[in-house]
Amino acid sequence: MDGVSFDVRPAELFGLLGPNGSGKTTLFRILSTLMVPNAGRALVVGRDTAKEPACVRRQIGVVFQAQSVDQKLTAYENLWHQGHLYGLRGAALQRRITEILARVGLADRVKELVETFSGGMARRVELAKGLLHNPTVLLLDEPTTGLDPGARRDLWAYLKVLRDEERISVLVTTHLMEEAERCDRLAILNEGKLVALGTPLELRQEIGGDVILLEAIGDPMALAERIQSRYNVAASVLGRHVRFEMENGHRVITTVVEAFPGEIQAVSVSKPTLEDVFIHRTGHRFWNQANAEALNSER
Amino acid sequence: MATQTASLPTHTSSESAGIVLPAFTLWWRELVRFYRQRTRVIGVIASPLVFWAVLGSGFGTSFRAGDAAGQQHYLDYFYPGALIMIVLFTSIFTMMSVIEDRKEGFLLSVMVAPVPRSAIVLGKVLGGTTLAAAQGLIFLIFAPFIGIHFGFTTFLLVVLVVFLVSFALTALGFAIAWPMDSTSAFHAIINLFLIPLWLLSGALFPLSGASGWIRGLMHINPLTYGVEGLRNLLFPETPGLSPLSSSIATLVLFSLFMFGLAFFMANRRTTKPAA
Repeated sequence: MDGVSFDVRPAELFGLLGPNGSGKTTLFRILSTLMVPNAGRALVVGRDTAKEPACVRRQIGVVFQAQSVDQKLTAYENLWHQGHLYGLRGAALQRRITEILARVGLADRVKELVETFSGGMARRVELAKGLLHNPTVLLLDEPTTGLDPGARRDLWAYLKVLRDEERISVLVTTHLMEEAERCDRLAILNEGKLVALGTPLELRQEIGGDVILLEAIGDPMALAERIQSRYNVAASVLGRHVRFEMENGHRVITTVVEAFPGEIQAVSVSKPTLEDVFIHRTGHRFWNQANAEALNSER
Repeated sequence: MATQTASLPTHTSSESAGIVLPAFTLWWRELVRFYRQRTRVIGVIASPLVFWAVLGSGFGTSFRAGDAAGQQHYLDYFYPGALIMIVLFTSIFTMMSVIEDRKEGFLLSVMVAPVPRSAIVLGKVLGGTTLAAAQGLIFLIFAPFIGIHFGFTTFLLVVLVVFLVSFALTALGFAIAWPMDSTSAFHAIINLFLIPLWLLSGALFPLSGASGWIRGLMHINPLTYGVEGLRNLLFPETPGLSPLSSSIATLVLFSLFMFGLAFFMANRRTTKPAA
């Protein structure tokens, strides 16, 4: 990690976006007090995660990517156990468990073993675990991994409820652009560095106009150079594609195709996405080939 | 670690969870998990029975005239060692759950809770200790069959010795399991440790008959004092190596040392993504 610095505001839904290996999980471990940073520091509610881990731990609720609920316990027992770890006990704990399980929609499965639950339900127990002690900050590491689209939607809707009604600061790591779009603000990480920080809208707007992607028939490098000199823009080569940004893209493409006859296989023009922000800042695709394959096999 | 007196206004339950409640809940979980896995329950109850059935009938006929331990029948001599062996294996292997908890991600959620590491160690180790000691005590059912009868006080002292041995060995298991990420590596290390530890505890052959350096090893093997303590309690008429009180004192020290070791292992904070 190098030069990563950002603040998360109270009651904000903050996203950490980055491809696999970008340092999201390392950062997550530092914030959740599991790792001590070599240099630099992380503060949660004004407390240093390395120096005062006990204080930080009481303030944060953590939902890990890997399942942490105990399969051999019921939903209730999992939360009973979790409550004890946070010093909650007795009737107050019982009330809180009933309340939180109702909030995540598991009121009718309280006494069932978690091993009988679907992935989405187990994740809701996970979320209930993280929220049981009323944390001020909720940290979630890739919380939608392995969930079906419906369960993903539910989870994100619930995170917004937490932000709006309970005023909890929510920090989510993700490698999915469409999830990042839903955050209030975003930090984009690449190879341990912060490449962009802002609201999704701000980030997209920093790209001048539209994104134009040309599939070259011949040498894409040569095509990129000629486009740079002709339009005076920065063009980058991504595999067989040449990519550049210009306003009024729909008009530009007709002139481009006419200017380079027989050299362009396909043309596309699009409004900038967060992926374009990533390419714009790093000069390469969010998914390199290996990553993309890993993702496909994951699906 | 920072003192935990600072109260944070935004939080409703800012008092520290302490040690007792988290340790209790981890202990409780260990037992519930055990109870829910029927095969483990069967294993714990049945293995002493099977062990003794095989051993008893085998020894009963093969060593009828055996006098390996002076005037004592070998099966009698072997009884305390067998009990310790059962405790030894159960204690250490229950701590395989540390590796499982880590793999399943459960351990992470405990480690980000405001719980002192000592509570984590204490809860898990006491959980394993309870299971191992219970198994050892099940084995006591056979004592009358080889003519051992004891009163209530002796029984309590036996429970104490078995508890101390279980606790020390479970803590050792914890210390070994904590940095490991695979159960097969754990098995390898355990076999390296366990078998010699047990062989050199006086369980199989008495110290008096061993050659010089082996006897030295047996003297520094803490398990020797577990076997010796039990032998003292179960066969009070046979002269022992050392008095019961010094065996128990040694076991207490052994337990404290092993707990310290487990605590030390669990308390190392890391800059590596190990957890």
